[in-house]
Amino acid sequence: MSAFISYLVHGISVGCGFALVASGIIIIYRVTRVVNLAQGMFSVVAGFAAATLLGVGLPHGLAELGAIGLAAAVGVATGCVAIAKPGTSPQASLIATLGVGIFAYAVEILGWGDQPRSFSGLSGAYEFWGIDVPKQYLLVTLVTFVVFGGLEAFFERTYTGKALSACASNPYAARLQGIGVLRMGLYGFALGGALGGVAGVLLTPLQPISYDSDVSLFVNGFASAILAGLKRPVLGLVGGLVLGIAESMVAGYAKASYQSSLALLLTLAILVAQATRREALHAVEE
Amino acid sequence: MIHVESLCVQYGTAVALDGVSLNVQAGEKVALIGANGAGKSTLLNALSGIVARKSGTIRIDGRLAHVPEGRQLFPELSVDDNLRLGAFRGGDRNPDWIYQLLPELAPRRRQRAGSLSGGQQQMVAIGRGLMSQPDVLAIDEMSLGLAPIVVQRLAAQLIRLNAERGLALLLVEQSARLALSLCDRAYVLETGRVVAQGPAAELRDSSFVERAYLGGPVEGAS
Repeated sequence: MSAFISYLVHGISVGCGFALVASGIIIIYRVTRVVNLAQGMFSVVAGFAAATLLGVGLPHGLAELGAIGLAAAVGVATGCVAIAKPGTSPQASLIATLGVGIFAYAVEILGWGDQPRSFSGLSGAYEFWGIDVPKQYLLVTLVTFVVFGGLEAFFERTYTGKALSACASNPYAARLQGIGVLRMGLYGFALGGALGGVAGVLLTPLQPISYDSDVSLFVNGFASAILAGLKRPVLGLVGGLVLGIAESMVAGYAKASYQSSLALLLTLAILVAQATRREALHAVEE
Repeated sequence: MIHVESLCVQYGTAVALDGVSLNVQAGEKVALIGANGAGKSTLLNALSGIVARKSGTIRIDGRLAHVPEGRQLFPELSVDDNLRLGAFRGGDRNPDWIYQLLPELAPRRRQRAGSLSGGQQQMVAIGRGLMSQPDVLAIDEMSLGLAPIVVQRLAAQLIRLNAERGLALLLVEQSARLALSLCDRAYVLETGRVVAQGPAAELRDSSFVERAYLGGPVEGAS
């Protein structure tokens, strides 16, 4: 029983990280209709940057905030490449984000080398019912829930949040109301970059990151995002938690190497299920 | 209010508007009629800055609100949110006065706009346009897909707004009969050119407009 709870706690914490990556993917998709393949890269950049800033003596908190800010700026730069040219289709933008992600490999290797990096997070653990729960796990979970609460409030309660949703809902009508669709798209990329950054600075102390960690981050984040139907960020939290717990159970009771296969299998199953839905088939016929 | 002079718009090599001139004065009701593909919606999109002009001039004194063809709401957002976003350029974001004007929308303010009937969606589209406090309201194909009784109700509201608030109207319609009955003046657009213009009453009686747009006799007309 204690092993089960221990896997569950680990799964929740890892799932929160997936959910943060997923929320970035969902927000960028929601505002621009672009699936951002460079989403994992934002986390890698933030993880590397936080390690560097801590290395030069910046205190915890400030270093992580600086790293998240950098990830947001990289998000805007990615958005400029992907959507700034008028008339770019979402499919072309998707390929552009893939290009940005691959280009980032070169920059990351030049800047930080090709070896994994990490930094220490919160040390120690709290004991609950005889089970040690590392403080960093609790921090990841707490921050994730606060971030998702903020996102839900932002999209459901604020005027800017509504304007961002309007851009995805009907870009033509949004332009007629004077909403700058490109500007809003770049806001979406900035927010997506910052969320990827939050995931990066929270997860790096748990698992060292290297320049190519973006692939597994994206695969898990994307699986969580499509589990949520790419609609509301808060559903991405549910998707992330489901995937995180499932992977943790698979790793605990079966084999750790099956974890990433699970995310890929889940993604495939959902994509096949969605593609064979009646509405999707009708859309193709039209 | 709206002054358009020799406006040309092209989509690639296809000419959509070819030297169109049009004026709408403050408080006036003007109709723009023509068949599908005549360039009516292109003209409105050019006025809104959505499509670029190749040549010619557009001058708008005051604020223009464009209610596009097919309503073009934000279907996932509530009626309230749709209306509030109409004031994105500035001004009061409280839509209560729209609910007074269009009371049918008031009990549906929290409802998703995509779940409304066609007539109610058109009301939201007009209300969203009005939220920007415009001096001129340009409505593209208001009557399309709506029951005649719904069109009459919407038309009555527009005439009231015109009379009480001095709101200028530019009605773009395939339904020439409706547009000519509501407006003071009209322009007839054919394949990107203005082929007739003048007081609505005169155009209603012209054999050319009757033949082409009001279902009149074809024989013997020149």
